[in-house]
Amino acid sequence: MTLYLEIIIYLLLIGCAIIALRVKDLLAAIVVLSAYSLCSAFLFAVVGAVDVGFTEAVVGAGLSGLLFLAALFYTSRKSAD
Amino acid sequence: MVKKSSSIIVGIVSRAIVPFIQLFALYVIVHGHSSPGGGFQGGALLGASILLLRLTVGREGSELVFPERMGTPMSGFGVFIYAFVGVAAMIGGGVYLNYAFLPIGGMQPAELRSLGILLVETGVGIGVMATMIVIFDDIAKGNFHD
Amino acid sequence: MLLVYAATELPMRGSIDAPCNVDSSLTGTPGASTYYIRNAQKEMNTPNMVTAILADYRGYDTLGETTVIFCAGIVVFLILRKLKDGKKI
Repeated sequence: MTLYLEIIIYLLLIGCAIIALRVKDLLAAIVVLSAYSLCSAFLFAVVGAVDVGFTEAVVGAGLSGLLFLAALFYTSRKSAD
Repeated sequence: MVKKSSSIIVGIVSRAIVPFIQLFALYVIVHGHSSPGGGFQGGALLGASILLLRLTVGREGSELVFPERMGTPMSGFGVFIYAFVGVAAMIGGGVYLNYAFLPIGGMQPAELRSLGILLVETGVGIGVMATMIVIFDDIAKGNFHD
Repeated sequence: MLLVYAATELPMRGSIDAPCNVDSSLTGTPGASTYYIRNAQKEMNTPNMVTAILADYRGYDTLGETTVIFCAGIVVFLILRKLKDGKKI
């Protein structure tokens, strides 16, 4: 049961990473990156490291997204390529 | 940069949700002995709640919660609490950061170590919270692009 | 590819035969994790073992971590601050 859950979360992680690389809008890329961090936190929680998962959820999904947003407001909106 | 958000729904919802985030962060710091959590996670949650206010309410409103000039002194104060607990253990007769020798009377060594962990986690929480706010404020204030 | 091939030979997660979980290592020195699991609750009255290890047994480590975060904040403050009279650093 846990193995199937892990495999599903791994697939979600890979999907989020590919979407975050492929998308043109940088705001959407930040949101997808936060979703990636959330999936990673779920993975840590399933594996058993609840403290690491908590830290990943707070810092990865919350604070880094917020700092990316603050940096994005100063630069141009669209990616170059 | 930080100007007031134009949408009224975002402002009211974030103002309503921030006290619960801060209460949960305090719970995470204080209850870190027996549940997952600790100083770093609780401090990051506190910082995230104040940054949410900075983004939505605006600088004038969030200055009341956490004034901007207090950021750097608070982050230094958090590290100072941690180091001072270690020095207090040295005063009590142990080695550095050995909480069993804290100079507080009438407690067993196990309880003293538990109390020392709580003090240290508080220091870490204050330091992390203030550092997150300092980083965001300096990025938002810099105007380095134009 | 080589790393994936090597990862198939790793012990399972949480296995009691893994080298980091055994009571004493190959050379006979006692392992750290079993000591923590046996004594953390008794010595410092905290049920959460992760907090006990982070804040007490590995106190220097957490002190260094906090200092690193503080230094990051100080560096950002020194680089991005706005001087009063508008001159460059």
